[in-house]
Amino acid sequence: MTSYELIDTVQELKKLYLIQKEELGLRLPAALTQIQQDAFNAFNQLGIPTTKAENYRYTDLKPSFSKIYKTALSSQEIQIEEDALFNCDVPNLDTQVEFILNGRYVARQLDLTVLPSGVVYGSLLNAWSEFPELVGKYFAKAADYKDDGLVALNTALALDGFFLFVPKNRQIKDTIQLITMLDHTDNLAVNTRNLIILEDNASAHILVCDHTFGESHFLSNSITEIFAGENASFHLTKMQNANNHSTCLDGNFIYQQANSQVIANAISLHGGLIRNHFHVKLDGEGANNITSGLYLTDRNQQITNHTLIEHLKPHCMSSQLFKGVLDDEAIGAFNGKIHVHPDAQKTEAYQVNRTILLSDTAKMNTKPMLEIYADDVKCSHGATIGQLDDEALFYLQSRGISKKEARLMLMYAFMDEVVSTIQIPGLKERVEELVSKRLRGELSRCNHCDFKCH
Amino acid sequence: MNQYKEELNPETNQDQLLQEMTQSDYKYGFVTDIESDTIEKGLSEETVRLISGKKNEPAWMLEFRLKAYRHWLTLPLPTWPHLTIPEIDYQDIIYYSAPKQKKSLSSLDEVDPELLDTFNKLGIPLDEQKLLTGVAVDAVMDSVSVKTTFKKNLADLGIIFCSFSEAVQEYPDLVKKYMGTVVPYRDNYYAALNSAVFSDGSFVYIPKGVRCPMELSTYFRINAANTGQFERTLIVADDNAYVSYLEGCTAPMRDENQLHAAIVEIIAMDHASVKYSTVQNWYPGDKEGKGGIYNFVTKRGMCKGVHSKISWTQVETGSAVTWKYPSCILRGDHSVGEFYSVAVTNNYQQADTGSKMIHIGKNTKSTIVSKGISAGRSQNSYRGLVRVARNADNARNFSQCDSLLLGDKCGAHTFPYLEVDNQSAIVEHEATTSKIGEDQIFYCNQRGISTEDAIGLIVNGYAKEVLNQLPMEFAVEAQKLLQISLEGSVG
Amino acid sequence: MLKIVNLKAAINGKEILKGLNLEVKPGEVHAIMGPNGSGKSTLAAVLAGREIFEVTEGQIMFEGKDLTTLSPEDRAREGIFLGFQYPIEIPGVSMNNFMKTAVNEVRKYRGLTPLTAGEFLKMMREKKELVEIDSKLTNRSVNEGFSGGEKKKNEIFQMAMLEPKLAILDETDSGLDIDALRIVANGVNKLKSSENAVIVITHYQRLLDYIVPDFVHVLYNGQIVRSAGKELAYELEEKGYDWIKKEVDQLEAN
Repeated sequence: MTSYELIDTVQELKKLYLIQKEELGLRLPAALTQIQQDAFNAFNQLGIPTTKAENYRYTDLKPSFSKIYKTALSSQEIQIEEDALFNCDVPNLDTQVEFILNGRYVARQLDLTVLPSGVVYGSLLNAWSEFPELVGKYFAKAADYKDDGLVALNTALALDGFFLFVPKNRQIKDTIQLITMLDHTDNLAVNTRNLIILEDNASAHILVCDHTFGESHFLSNSITEIFAGENASFHLTKMQNANNHSTCLDGNFIYQQANSQVIANAISLHGGLIRNHFHVKLDGEGANNITSGLYLTDRNQQITNHTLIEHLKPHCMSSQLFKGVLDDEAIGAFNGKIHVHPDAQKTEAYQVNRTILLSDTAKMNTKPMLEIYADDVKCSHGATIGQLDDEALFYLQSRGISKKEARLMLMYAFMDEVVSTIQIPGLKERVEELVSKRLRGELSRCNHCDFKCH
Repeated sequence: MNQYKEELNPETNQDQLLQEMTQSDYKYGFVTDIESDTIEKGLSEETVRLISGKKNEPAWMLEFRLKAYRHWLTLPLPTWPHLTIPEIDYQDIIYYSAPKQKKSLSSLDEVDPELLDTFNKLGIPLDEQKLLTGVAVDAVMDSVSVKTTFKKNLADLGIIFCSFSEAVQEYPDLVKKYMGTVVPYRDNYYAALNSAVFSDGSFVYIPKGVRCPMELSTYFRINAANTGQFERTLIVADDNAYVSYLEGCTAPMRDENQLHAAIVEIIAMDHASVKYSTVQNWYPGDKEGKGGIYNFVTKRGMCKGVHSKISWTQVETGSAVTWKYPSCILRGDHSVGEFYSVAVTNNYQQADTGSKMIHIGKNTKSTIVSKGISAGRSQNSYRGLVRVARNADNARNFSQCDSLLLGDKCGAHTFPYLEVDNQSAIVEHEATTSKIGEDQIFYCNQRGISTEDAIGLIVNGYAKEVLNQLPMEFAVEAQKLLQISLEGSVG
Repeated sequence: MLKIVNLKAAINGKEILKGLNLEVKPGEVHAIMGPNGSGKSTLAAVLAGREIFEVTEGQIMFEGKDLTTLSPEDRAREGIFLGFQYPIEIPGVSMNNFMKTAVNEVRKYRGLTPLTAGEFLKMMREKKELVEIDSKLTNRSVNEGFSGGEKKKNEIFQMAMLEPKLAILDETDSGLDIDALRIVANGVNKLKSSENAVIVITHYQRLLDYIVPDFVHVLYNGQIVRSAGKELAYELEEKGYDWIKKEVDQLEAN
């Protein structure tokens, strides 16, 4: 992998590492500083991935890393007044709301909450100091920083983010809503790191809402590591709604043990450049993963969904479904791979990507891949790029429905399959509404937040 | 042995098949003992000049070769295929070897009997009397064309079918006009190498409005040791012309690997149609993966004219390593590209093969059907690109890429790239991976069919869609080949 | 109500309708029969405004308006209903949402207020009974996974919901067993009044036992070559189309 030299951002980020090391080094756990040092060395080797790297073939990060960003170091002195400042468009759910602002966990009461049941949640940085062994056991174990420059960068620089630990046999019933915000008067680069650990038989649901405020250019490079123990169940839904100057690089690394189930969705409504990466390791018999994505991309927006689903053990099931609509000058990419390792017999793995192009200037690149080293498997993938079905359009019109409305109905119907994979009660309906608004062009921003996405 | 004729008798056919199932795996592995005119190992500008000199080529041809050679020196080896290839020492290869014959052959009687015998043994009789009517053959051994049959009959129609070397001498204007226009020497590593050192190959020109009445066929044979084969084929079908072209290839069994890097260029003008079929059966190496041919081939067709059509069909059973992507550039409006492929890998064979369909003209259409079959410890990859350019309105592509796995030590992979830059395009890709059902085999067993035969039957059924695209004579050959290639794959 | 004069229509430059004339008055039932490829389905599609067909000549007047200038949806809102020969499956669009949108758009066009949720559900229930369609079907996506018979019933159900002035039923009887045929025909008959009209396109006389036509037309080679009362259908059933073809071809030869 070759790297771009002399990009201000990269130099700034490297400097940031050194400053951070000097200022905070002694206060951070030794295990963390060691990993950061290793990751920094790896980043020096790897650099920012270019389009020459197969995994970034369709995602040009150069423009995003060619801007000058301020970087957030110390905690921001911004007080969160939950109701006044921010009212996300997905509430009305029984959710436990948590905030991440510019890469730092923002406490309303405690930086780290330890419930009597043994559930721990709050700031990752605080978790490092209070539970160094627990965090050290999992941190950077799913997200390998040795072969991807963005992971290395995040691992070297990220200090904080959301931490969740659910011990054996515990279920968190309410959905945790994690609102991650970027807010600054200057252009800002942020590395956020989340760590989610579910022990055997544990379960939890998280809804992540990514938002930007104001019109600054943001570069967000975030990584979430998720560990699902035996028979654990985890549900992740991401709602991405960022301004058109923002770059959201979002890596999700999911490690699943026997009979665990993880369902993950990325609903990409808005953003300048979004790259979602899902790396799933099914490392126990009977593990089950459903990963899906929906993208509504227009103007000059770019969206990439990148997946790698690794079947390491027999009898696992995975299913991927990514669908989207591209309009105007939008560029979309899907780059997905099912990798069935030797001995992962009786694997079932499916992958589908379907895209509708609405304009002559929109462009879609799709690369659905299968790499299979076991023979007793059922694997398939399918990809289509096309338009709305003419016949269906005529059928609707022949019943008196206007062409515009008919198109919306068909687009909505096209998306429905993905929205249906959301199984959090109440959330599915809210997402349906948001998608519908977005299709009608009514969601240029969330109702109550004052950033503009134009 | 005239195997083509025997095919027509179903009973003999079956007996022969059974016999072959139980005998040696690669029946083309013999070596012909013939004196050769062979140059020293190694590659330099001097080698390029030497080859050009031996062929008595005009200056423009040498110039082309030298440019290609100089460009090749600047290129890195491609590393993107899903292949593990030991480093190739390009200085340890002989770049020119020609079986010695009497000068200026004017009739068949003058072809060296050793050579005639060799091609007879391969089932390719060069005697026009014995040939299956309807197939004209250009036989190439090592670096040179040995004999082209039916040349005169074809010439009566204005069709040119001769060796590439002959075309350079006799039809320099045609060669100059078209060579390198579809596969420029800068195209890739092996194309540059071929452009520098290519030795021979076939040249076909079908004039306007002519429908070639017989199948044209080139048979490639590597005989000499340590020799690389670099042939080059150029097929031009002028307006409203039609031709069906077949290619076959074999090599002796040797412990060391041998390199084969070929180029095929096809040009189809307005309403022209070219069908190109390959049965590739280079020596695949032994059961331990020792020896075999490295088959690095650049095949590409240009649908230059409106309503033109190029159709590739390939049955790939041989070679230790195959790297090959027969492609179509659909430049003419309403042009059509097709790719039908069966690729079988067994033992330690590796194949990375597929197709590229580049839609440029309006209302263009392409179809890709790829059937991969992996057995033993082999790795079999489909790699394909479908690109719809911005102005290629109403482009249509359908790709179906299936993999069949026999055994749990092999791999089957699919790497399709779909790049669509036009709203009116419809591009669809489907792929499945599966194994032969135990219930299917049991069903056959219960009807008295052995497991090996059952697999043969099932595999042939699986590949039928592609085999159906082959001309009759080849289809039978290909079916047998599939079965033989998979011998010993079930244990 | 409908007056077609010298209608010519083509697809991809190929002329299918070659000067067709037809007049339909309120209260009438017309049957259009004819051999395969004569242009029956093209006529239905052209009337409904399928854009792949190009009207090259002639006039289609409906209630005094020139239909050819209207979009498919406006034709539907004017009161033209096409029962599709092959109803389209639309995964992800629920029947409920589909019908509600359609009914209210049509009402809006006619200057009526949209139905409330309650009114709409009541209407759905009534019409479902009318055409004996299973409630389960209307809870699914439009035509998705419906059997052939269910799809045809669904067409008649939609016709009942939209209350058209002119219904064109394109081979609604194909693929139906005798029970389904009866239900479909009953539905059509119940919806019939002196205000509206029906054009039935069919191959077989069978359907016409249930939906009795006032006129039977034979469409051949893009033109209506014969019109008569319902007895013509029996004659066709008995003798096939060849005698008409021969007659017409002879006439043309002369």
